[in-house]
Amino acid sequence: MSLEGKTALVTGATRGIGKAISLALAQQGAEVIGTATSKDGAETITANFSAAGVSGYGIVMNVADLESIEAGLKEIGDKTGAPLILVNNAGITRDNLLMRLKDDDWGAVLDTNLSSVYRTSKAVLRGMAKARWGRIINVSSVVASMGNPGQANYCAAKAGVEGFTRSLAKEMSNRGITANCVAPGFIDTDMTKQLDENQREAMLKNIPAGRLGQPEEVAAIVSFLASDIAGYVTGETIHVNGGMYMG
Amino acid sequence: MSTVEERVKKIVCEQLGVKESEVQNSSSFVEDLGADSLDTVELVMALEEEFETEIPDEEAEKLASVQDAIDYIVAHT
Repeated sequence: MSLEGKTALVTGATRGIGKAISLALAQQGAEVIGTATSKDGAETITANFSAAGVSGYGIVMNVADLESIEAGLKEIGDKTGAPLILVNNAGITRDNLLMRLKDDDWGAVLDTNLSSVYRTSKAVLRGMAKARWGRIINVSSVVASMGNPGQANYCAAKAGVEGFTRSLAKEMSNRGITANCVAPGFIDTDMTKQLDENQREAMLKNIPAGRLGQPEEVAAIVSFLASDIAGYVTGETIHVNGGMYMG
Repeated sequence: MSTVEERVKKIVCEQLGVKESEVQNSSSFVEDLGADSLDTVELVMALEEEFETEIPDEEAEKLASVQDAIDYIVAHT
């Protein structure tokens, strides 16, 4: 599954699932650029690649801002070449029961988790269309299918990403470009550490595997979808959740 | 240096995978040359690059034939 010579862009690559995905793609030979919202974050990403002995670097990019995306892509294009693999991983949560949810919490989650995917995907498509090869992989969530109290905004955004991905897959399939989602369940990251003990226990009860997933277990599926041999898989959502939801 | 007409026709051939002999000035991209909607978007992108210009979407939609494209380029570059 070599990705030798391909440029990959992974948003939200500082930690957690994004970090694991970046390293996994780099280990397959891709030149990986990871994005962070701060300069410190970008430096952390570069250091992560060096520590793992693979090539790649971090840049500052705010996926909620089109100008920032375009500037970042220009930098990547000049330094490395247009990305033919895009992993939309950057995401935030602003949890609250709908009756208490603020407009800002709704707007921010939709913008960073859904509109960002529209912006970055559109921005990379020209390069992929020219190359007649591309992989867009969007990190969704099991809650897009299941729903989750306190996450109406997050669930709406992630379900939106899955629908977006299916349309994109149909539009671009005959150009050698695939679009898929990976929907993690309960993965051991900073995002799930925000949940309190009761929420954690309740979740674990519903996971047949009896444990949290590791970021590397999500990254493995992303690596597969990015590879040449996955060229006939498109518009699909692959769940990685220890059995808690099976579609 | 090739003329605008030659350069436009060359791009049409490359993008739509048709032979030069099939491309007439009056050829419609969709009806005569078999372009689908995505082909026409890519064709406009390729013209933008070749002639270093930006073609606004509302203008791009009007470019239905080879002659339309030539006329647009001549008028705007």
